[in-house]
Amino acid sequence: MSAVENKPLTKKDFESDQDVRWCPGCGDYAILSQVQKMMPVLGNTRENTVFVSGIGCSSRFPYYLNTYGFHTIHGRAPAFAIGIKAANPNLDVWIATGDGDALSIGGNHFIHLMRRNPNIKVLLFNNRIYGLTKGQYSPTSEHGKVTKSSPFGSIEEPFNPTSLALGANASFVARAVDRDTKHLSSVIEAAAKHKGTAFVEIYQNCIIFNDGAFTPYTEKETKLENCLYLEHGKPMVFGQNSDKGIKLDGTVPKVVSLTDGKNSLEDLIVHDQFSEDQTLANLITHLSDNKDFPVPVGVFRSISRPCYEDQLVEQMESAKALKGTGDLQKLFNQGDTWEVK
Amino acid sequence: MSKNVQTLDEVTVMFAGDSGDGMQLVGTEMANTSAIVGNDIGTFPDFPAEIRAPQGTLAGVSGYQLHFGNYDLHTPGDECDTLVAMNPAALKTNLKKLKSNGILIVDTANFQARDLLLAKYASNPLEDYSLEKYQLFPVNITGLTREALKETGLDTKSIDKCKNFFSLGIIFWLYNRPLNYTINILETKFAKKPQIAKANILALKGGYAYCEATEAFRVSFDVKPAKLTPGTYRSITGNTATALGLVAAAVKSGKEVFLGSYPITPASEILHELSKFKNYGVKTFQAEDEIAAICSAIGASFAGKIGVTTTSGPGLALKTEAVGLAIATELPLVVVDVQRAGPSTGLPTKTEQSDLLFAVYGRNADSPLPVIAASSPSDCFNAVYEAVQIAVKFMTPVICLTDGYLANGSEPWKIPKVEELKPIEINFRTEPEGFFPYQRNPETLARDWAIPGNPGTEHRIGGIERENITGNISYDSDNHQVMTNLRFEKIEKVASFYPKTEIFGKEKGELLVISWGGTYGSIHTAMEKCLKKGLSVSHVHLRYINPLPNDLAGIIKNFRQVLVPELNNGQLIKVIRDKYLVDAKGFNKVKGLPFTSGELEAKFIEMIGG
Ligand code: SF4
Repeated sequence: MSAVENKPLTKKDFESDQDVRWCPGCGDYAILSQVQKMMPVLGNTRENTVFVSGIGCSSRFPYYLNTYGFHTIHGRAPAFAIGIKAANPNLDVWIATGDGDALSIGGNHFIHLMRRNPNIKVLLFNNRIYGLTKGQYSPTSEHGKVTKSSPFGSIEEPFNPTSLALGANASFVARAVDRDTKHLSSVIEAAAKHKGTAFVEIYQNCIIFNDGAFTPYTEKETKLENCLYLEHGKPMVFGQNSDKGIKLDGTVPKVVSLTDGKNSLEDLIVHDQFSEDQTLANLITHLSDNKDFPVPVGVFRSISRPCYEDQLVEQMESAKALKGTGDLQKLFNQGDTWEVK
Repeated sequence: MSKNVQTLDEVTVMFAGDSGDGMQLVGTEMANTSAIVGNDIGTFPDFPAEIRAPQGTLAGVSGYQLHFGNYDLHTPGDECDTLVAMNPAALKTNLKKLKSNGILIVDTANFQARDLLLAKYASNPLEDYSLEKYQLFPVNITGLTREALKETGLDTKSIDKCKNFFSLGIIFWLYNRPLNYTINILETKFAKKPQIAKANILALKGGYAYCEATEAFRVSFDVKPAKLTPGTYRSITGNTATALGLVAAAVKSGKEVFLGSYPITPASEILHELSKFKNYGVKTFQAEDEIAAICSAIGASFAGKIGVTTTSGPGLALKTEAVGLAIATELPLVVVDVQRAGPSTGLPTKTEQSDLLFAVYGRNADSPLPVIAASSPSDCFNAVYEAVQIAVKFMTPVICLTDGYLANGSEPWKIPKVEELKPIEINFRTEPEGFFPYQRNPETLARDWAIPGNPGTEHRIGGIERENITGNISYDSDNHQVMTNLRFEKIEKVASFYPKTEIFGKEKGELLVISWGGTYGSIHTAMEKCLKKGLSVSHVHLRYINPLPNDLAGIIKNFRQVLVPELNNGQLIKVIRDKYLVDAKGFNKVKGLPFTSGELEAKFIEMIGG
């Protein structure tokens, strides 16, 4: 091995030679940049990394990373990814997907990926709109959303992606915001280190068709008021001056002031991302459904569950141990045979 | 008294009863025993789609037809010599298949008023003389089984479940078959339930002893072993042969086979079989739907495995977009379509050859791929093995067509020697220097296959049109023309690797019969009869549907007429007429049943004005 080959990889090594073709100002750029940056940090190699995507703006992602990449068909990235991971469990497999890709046409594959729990990382770029097809409402668009295909307002209730993932028993659920790059990279890192399917919803601004959808969570002046930064073992505090918190009133979460003398830090819910029980994670995912609560970001849940590919390999190994490596001729000749002379 | 045994060349027997009566089980036992004693066999299991259709109704009838003989057979038989009917519904559904003067064995216990009503009989056929042209043997099979098993301590319901073996005992006596193979099978199968094994064996012996004691039949029959090519044989169904062909491909290529599949009739047995073979380098994945099944297989191919998906028509319909991606990304993939009668759900358990046009043309845009077809149950092994060879050699998805008739039917399989199977060579591109994902082998036009894990050959591929050689996204119009042409030429090149097309009969003459798939057996049988009569008929049975063999044009020119018999409403014929501008005639049937050799022979004779 030459010294050159041993040189540690940098962000540059993960940039492909292709021109990035998202609209200028699209939130996808920030996500791409963080992912490229994190790859060497995580110790990933180019040859062992595979990015898989479906269809949509976000799904161009693999073309821009100098790793292996597979840009597949609409909604089906999880199915390709599990085939890749099962075929070669040593690969680091990532999925880049969007709200339409993962939750509309690919909803079925999405939930089954979560329940099977292969060691695959899922980055869902949620811009709450169809970008590539030029601006129709998506399964995460809010009720009443006026778009080209809903001129009188959408009459559909949106999915809450983290809640859907959790409902399918995802072992890792997290949320981040495109423009909060430091926080985003910490979430990506946590996802990468999790063994099992890691689901990360990333709020992503579509500057063309849904600009400003996430402004309250990205702007300096408002984000601390509107986001709940989850930290394991810490009470749920938020607000510009860390002056508010979330406590449980019976079984119902409630926003309380930490300055009116009625509640202190001890009264607040303490985040436990490793809780085997789903109750807390479930509570967290639903906070964003209610306008009175801040939107939680960070790791909601991170539990240990057997991975699909490990169990598959184990079955193959134990079959070999039990029956020996298959003798094809024996297999052909099994059952009743007879000789013709 | 010594048994009066008459020797026959061939016999067709059918077991028919309620779908809960275990007719498939005893039919299979009779088939396996006949195969083991050296007969050639052909079988046709015919059963309803419902797992337990309403008892006693016409819809619930399950039948198993078996043809065994002392020569090289190709069909499950046109007409039956013997029919076992366990109830009136089974009689009504299958009587038309029984030859005049054929042996008809019925279980009289099930011919009560209610049974007759369910089968929509106005009067009892056993009493109204409507069965006069057959040799009717009314036997109280249910009653005799109860009698024979009364000491077992089983309840009546469990005892009644053994009546199928009583009827098998009768047939074993009638055709002089040994009991020991079936006894062994029962002992192994019910090793954990010795009481059940014993009861079934008692029933089997009971049926045999009944014939012996009562001399119900004046004569019995024997069929001597067939003169098959020397070798070791076993009986095999098409689905098992398909599964073994895929395992063989894994072992011979030294690469894992990855099967992504979703349960569907009549293809599910391939998934079941392959799921057992984890120690042979086969990974199976039961996907959440048909689409995920094929996508996972393509993913596995991308990662360097032999991706396979198995399905039937409705499943193939769901998979088409993904097939297009495999064509675009030029990844190897085998899609097995076990065809069934359609459209839509159609007749899930009935056979048809109606996915040919769909396999060849059924995708968006110009998207050619090789299509090959199996011609008999055991040939499914060869067909799928060859599908893998083509897929990896040409870096393309291949559709391998079998059908419900082949999938469930069985025949003796001359077991190949592993070392005699053709090698499957797979060379991954590992050298980074000068690597481009869409660089091609000039001989096959296949692109290089570089897989994740290999340093230096990192690349991105996808469904957006790729630039020739580099594989980068390209919206260039000239490039699209170049790539479309290359995809087409690559598939055309597959034909230059075919063996010479075989003609059965003379190379020149009046009538050429062109066929494909599961109709081989009945057409071949009809052909043998015509050639014996010295008629000017020849037959080409196609393995390769797309691209068609290069020598077919020359063969067609040597005949005045062309006939294309198919179990569909005319599909191969459209391709033949389009490609060769020949006024081919069709002979079509869509009854969910195979052709009989008799109807084919009649058609051939009619065509040549005989
Ligand atoms: S349409 Fe929206 S999501 Fe798509 S690239 Fe442009 S800004 Fe980004």
